[in-house]
Amino acid sequence: MRPLRSALRSAARSVWEFVVGDDWRSALGVCGALALTALLAALGVAAWWVMPLAVAGLLWLSLRRFARER
Amino acid sequence: MSGPELGLALSVFLACAVEAVEALTIVLAVGTTRSWSSAFYGVGAATVALAAVVAALGPALTALPIDVLRLAVGGLLLIFGLQWLRKAILRGAGLKALHDERESFAEEAAAARAAGGTERGFDGYSFAIAFKGVLLEGLEVAFIVLTFGANQHRVGLAAAAAGVAIALVVVAGIAARAPLTRVPENTMKLAVGVMLSSFGMFWGVEGAGASWPGGDAALLAIVPALAVAALAAIELLRPAAATREPT
Repeated sequence: MRPLRSALRSAARSVWEFVVGDDWRSALGVCGALALTALLAALGVAAWWVMPLAVAGLLWLSLRRFARER
Repeated sequence: MSGPELGLALSVFLACAVEAVEALTIVLAVGTTRSWSSAFYGVGAATVALAAVVAALGPALTALPIDVLRLAVGGLLLIFGLQWLRKAILRGAGLKALHDERESFAEEAAAARAAGGTERGFDGYSFAIAFKGVLLEGLEVAFIVLTFGANQHRVGLAAAAAGVAIALVVVAGIAARAPLTRVPENTMKLAVGVMLSSFGMFWGVEGAGASWPGGDAALLAIVPALAVAALAAIELLRPAAATREPT
């Protein structure tokens, strides 16, 4: 059981590293923006503009964070 | 071919070409220093593994309801694309060192020589390094092929675009008999980042239940707008890079 759990944990970590990489904040921001888009759409409000704004903001914040760290 | 299909083929082609250039460097390094035949076995085994991943997950993904697929895949593609875009912008601005195929080749070749004498016949080191290199570089391509292909129900077209890119890189590598140092890798990575993020954003919004003004034609505004934003970010970050060493 323990080797299986260890293998699953290792696989999950690999998938996380592969998709999210070293910037979990941007990933979280994308999920939040999609949730907000879905909420607004469900309320009948035009919501297409949420993602472009979110992507621009998240990308700029991410770039600034990495530029400061280097 | 429709606009989204063209975007799919172009994105997969560029992503695959970039990854194939990097994989080629690894295979060349072990092939020239140790064993070509074992390196080719490694490439073959990795190719079969990648084809199996695409063949197994492709039909499973396309079986999902379209809204669920678009929301999940759009979100994943956007998160993944933003990684490519950020790294390409940081490299373009000089805040991150550019990928140097000649240097990578020298490092891989030195490691291959340091690994000890080559065995007669099958060389496990060459096989393992070529297998790992092609598999790891190829997984990103498989992810793009699957997500783009599944969303448009065109996994075959995505796989074909990947195949053409690999064939071109292999032919160029055979002709050059050296790492492909003149390929503008960062420009291609920037283009891929823009495409992945744009399509991810487009599908994510549609999957969340909202509609873009103009439908599919919105992509004609999203892709150039994101490209301009990325180029502007490079220019804005350049002064910060001038005072630092790229890492």
